[in-house]
Amino acid sequence: MAEAETPVAPSAPTSLAPVRVYRHRLPTRVWHWVNAVTLLILLMSGLTIFNAHPRLYWGEYGANFDRAWLVIGSTPDSGYLRVGDWRVDTTGVLGRWTNAEGVEKTWAFPGWATIPTSYSLADGRRWHLFFAWVMAIGLTLYMLWTAVAEHLRKDLHVRRGEWSPRHIWHDVKDHARLRFPTGEAAARYGILQKLSYIGVIFILLPLMIATGLTMSPGLNASAPWLLDLFGGRQSARSIHFIAAWALIAFFVVHIVMVLLAGLLNEVRSMVTGWFRLPPEKDA
Amino acid sequence: MSEFILPRRQLIARAGGLAAALPLLSACDAINDAPAVRKILSMGEEMNRASQRALTDRNALAREFSRADRSPYFRPNGTRLPAGAAYAAHAASGFADWRVAVTGLVARPLSLSMADIRAMPQRTQITRHDCVEGWSAIGQWTGVQLSRILAAAGVKDSARYIVFRCADRLGDALYYESCDMVDARHPQTIMAWALNDAVLPIANGAPLRLRIERQLGYKHAKYVNAIEAVTSLDAIGAGKGGYWEDRIDYEWYAGI
Repeated sequence: MAEAETPVAPSAPTSLAPVRVYRHRLPTRVWHWVNAVTLLILLMSGLTIFNAHPRLYWGEYGANFDRAWLVIGSTPDSGYLRVGDWRVDTTGVLGRWTNAEGVEKTWAFPGWATIPTSYSLADGRRWHLFFAWVMAIGLTLYMLWTAVAEHLRKDLHVRRGEWSPRHIWHDVKDHARLRFPTGEAAARYGILQKLSYIGVIFILLPLMIATGLTMSPGLNASAPWLLDLFGGRQSARSIHFIAAWALIAFFVVHIVMVLLAGLLNEVRSMVTGWFRLPPEKDA
Repeated sequence: MSEFILPRRQLIARAGGLAAALPLLSACDAINDAPAVRKILSMGEEMNRASQRALTDRNALAREFSRADRSPYFRPNGTRLPAGAAYAAHAASGFADWRVAVTGLVARPLSLSMADIRAMPQRTQITRHDCVEGWSAIGQWTGVQLSRILAAAGVKDSARYIVFRCADRLGDALYYESCDMVDARHPQTIMAWALNDAVLPIANGAPLRLRIERQLGYKHAKYVNAIEAVTSLDAIGAGKGGYWEDRIDYEWYAGI
């Protein structure tokens, strides 16, 4: 999101020429697409790892004989999800489902959602622990770039006025009514966009890395403060799982917003950098 | 020590109606099985090992807990009862004739009885056990530091790995594991014979098992009857340094 400029198109009538702004610089575009692929692989291989022990606990320890706060399990004829004392039948999707060859399986997450499609903890870990590096290195470089290139200060920085509840509520209402900014306003991020991107880049993704590292017995020895920070290894595993779903929630909202705001224009701007401003409503 | 290891790959049956997703799913699995892809993915393990060794204190101790922190029940995993008459006879006699051979690159090969091992200086530690599957259990272990056994045998400077051979047969082969000298000499790396104030139960690896506290559960070899110092893992098993490493490609370095 740099300065706006009208493309040089002297032959076109000025009133009809779409106003284009250079919205996404190269590091943002590259990181966006690398991350899109990386997070998908991390999610799907993460579900494979979860399948190895589909139970979550709070605290330092937790195994089959201990009380789990979340379980995806199966009975002889059904699959279920239990969270605390709340239990829901998930036959066909979680816990008991039928694979592409028509074979019934009782792994927690179905094969279409995992990498690889058959249960292999070893392979899931290989994918997960390699792409964790891609994500961590990419995120670190991108965070540094947002600071050095002033992306953070110019585009993501939440101005004083934007913090007012009235302003935030106004943006929420606009989103709910699917009323998106047009003209010059569309070149800038709204408060909800800023909070979402800051939340993902500076809170959720670092949280995923930190809770992931807290599950490492090797790092636990040299950095035991991570265990204290998250309340133990099994708590870190639970938070890792919850934060993954927060990222999925971001992804779903992100995709819906892109579709509503104009798929072609949005995707093109994330490929070329150039974004066509939606014309003013009253123009 | 995974409980339910499944066959790594099954050819997708072409018979019957093809679901729409099948070609896509098999394409994904073809990528997963490509040797070049597996080689690239394996770089993650090497990066984890190298960075942990380079950036963290090699002698850092795993957290030790209080007795009150222990799991109410310590879950056994992997082999729970080694098959065969020989092991059964050892168990029947309280492992009175069990021997642990210390061989390879050592000045004085040893054959230790359980009485020899209990006569050495002991270490007791309450630590967390993390299975590769994701669960954790906290237990109290007592045993002799591996470094003391290696010193007693006069391990040579040329030794780069320690191999642990086990009495439990899984499928076609005996279980085995290995570690580098950093973990072999670590103060908390012990050959344990007691769990939670009692003699080690058979399900947990009686009479002697490895505790290698900064790595995942499958590294903690149970039913150990030989300790061997070597320069290379190439000639042992399929060369990857462990039973599961050889068979399903678990990481040799299991610090994460």
